[in-house]
Amino acid sequence: MAELVAYIVAGLATGAIYALAAIGFTLVWQTSQTINFAQGEYVMLPAILILAGVSFFGLPLWAAALLGGLVFVAVFGAGFKIAVVDPMIRHGVLPLAIATMALAIIMKEGAKDFFSSEAQTFPSPFPAGAVDILGVSLSIQHIAIIAVAFIAIGMLQWFVSRTRTGRQMQATAQNPGVALILGIPVARMVMLTFAINAALAVLASVLVSPLYLAKFSNGEVIGLFAFIAAIVGGFNQVRGALGGGLIVGVVDSLAAAYISSSYRLAVPLALLVLIILIKPEGLFGRREERRI
Amino acid sequence: MTRFTRAGVLALATTLAFAVVGPATAQERVKLINVVELSGAGATAGTQWRNGIDLAVADINARGGILGRQIDMVHYDTQTNPGNTRAAVQRAIDEGTYSVLGPVFSGPIGASMQIAQRAEIAQIVGGEAAGLTRQGNQFLFRTSLSQAAAMPKLATYLKETVKANRIAIVWVNNDFGKGGRDAMLPELQQRGIQVALDVSTEQGQADFTADAIRIRNANVDAVFVYLNEDESARFLLAARQQNVGKPMIGETTLLGARVIQLAGEAANGARGHVGLSIDAPVPAFQDFGRRYQARFGIASDHNGLKGYMAVHMIKWATERMGRFDRKGVADTLRGATITPQMEPGILITTRIEANGDLDRESFLAEVEGGRQVIRSTLPMIRP
Repeated sequence: MAELVAYIVAGLATGAIYALAAIGFTLVWQTSQTINFAQGEYVMLPAILILAGVSFFGLPLWAAALLGGLVFVAVFGAGFKIAVVDPMIRHGVLPLAIATMALAIIMKEGAKDFFSSEAQTFPSPFPAGAVDILGVSLSIQHIAIIAVAFIAIGMLQWFVSRTRTGRQMQATAQNPGVALILGIPVARMVMLTFAINAALAVLASVLVSPLYLAKFSNGEVIGLFAFIAAIVGGFNQVRGALGGGLIVGVVDSLAAAYISSSYRLAVPLALLVLIILIKPEGLFGRREERRI
Repeated sequence: MTRFTRAGVLALATTLAFAVVGPATAQERVKLINVVELSGAGATAGTQWRNGIDLAVADINARGGILGRQIDMVHYDTQTNPGNTRAAVQRAIDEGTYSVLGPVFSGPIGASMQIAQRAEIAQIVGGEAAGLTRQGNQFLFRTSLSQAAAMPKLATYLKETVKANRIAIVWVNNDFGKGGRDAMLPELQQRGIQVALDVSTEQGQADFTADAIRIRNANVDAVFVYLNEDESARFLLAARQQNVGKPMIGETTLLGARVIQLAGEAANGARGHVGLSIDAPVPAFQDFGRRYQARFGIASDHNGLKGYMAVHMIKWATERMGRFDRKGVADTLRGATITPQMEPGILITTRIEANGDLDRESFLAEVEGGRQVIRSTLPMIRP
């Protein structure tokens, strides 16, 4: 039983990272009705930028993290909206989705060519080792990741549902036309959504890189699992992305433990197919109907 | 009648001069192409191998080259992809490489070695999978001990030094990992060591938490870790996260400088057998390690040493023949014993078996305080 709890906690920690990335899918979907296929690279790149700040500019880690995070949010949050979404969305959702695929390749190859193709150590903000809780040995980092991710997602939920700006964001996501008539600054709300997505990616990057090491190819796995998580949970709900992330993380952990690491990717994919067949809107998603 | 202007005569003279001097200059150079993993899962190993080669080429060129010819070095990135590796080896041969260097990962070597064999060009590789030299390829040469040579030493170490009777094996499911596991199992069986937990992992795997928890809860005396560089570091980090308090035993890669750098404190306590190490009590290794560090700003692992030795194997064979002969390189290397007196760049006495395997001294080591510490030197298998 203690072993099972350890696997579940480990899965929740990984799932919390997937959830942060999956929320990005949800936010972009809500504002532009498209899928950002560069979402995995959004989680990969901030760690690389932070390390570049340390090695190229000699900044202390905290300053590099602050600067790297701000640069990332500006370039890949606001910049992404201005340079990629705005020009492409006029031509439909598909060109935009393809543009995000191109962006993913550019981010990955850029990280490889301008920084390093090798894995790099990324310092953990939390101590290493494990603690015994009710007879179960649990990783301190995992507990911290779960706590930080939940606090971040909780704050996001609070912001979206309890603040004026958050409600304006929700209105924009639900019906931009009506929101504009009601005097909501739709363009600013969309920009804010993209900035929040980038900020969550920075957080996920800082949390996961000490465990996975910072490497240009990290986005492939994280992006895939986050995508599965978003579909399993429900693409149009933040709570769906959260639930989906946690479920996929736990399923992945249990698959690695009780089946084999070799088949661990197959199990979440099987779950994905099952959800699409049984509940296409996702476990926590809202059914959407569109007139074509 | 054609009228020659002064400028026209000058241009003609310049062209003729280049026509005469150009080929002569080209004849004074020799082209070597390195086909290696500079991105993808093998980037860490491949980058070290490339750096070692670059250092060797700089040294050789500074001393006048091979038989007076300077080396032109070209590197092609295989992206750790067997298909790309095949294409790159073919391209290297088409572009007239004198010998093929690389790759490092055993899978891509296995997929591409027939191409150099067909062209009758020596291919000096970094792979350790036992199966590579069992296919009768007369043109393939290792730069490290094969798994068949290393695993008996490690199994003896597990039995006699670690006193392990039940162990867990964590291995990467590629040619390197499977070859190592398959070479290790009979050696363990012969020594009465039981494999209580057999954990297969994937190349490029990022999350080892579940594997670490399984091992923590298994009733084993030690863990034999046989993964590639990045995965070794990630596994050690996960094992530390999960308080896996069992001895981590590995073969060369686990104790490599790059893994120690990536895993940090989590690498402390790891021990086992290493084929090559800049920390070994061999002055030439240590000197190489210092110069590598000075040039590249990082510590060399065994792959850096392998790359350095690979170029010097070609140099030695060519100078031994006294001429540039592509096919002759393989013929000369096969069955040779190269000592540092004969070729200082070989760094340590190395015997090349008829099948391309190597025999040389190796070492037992442990990671202490973020550094690899050599505990003892093991003799050559056939001294």
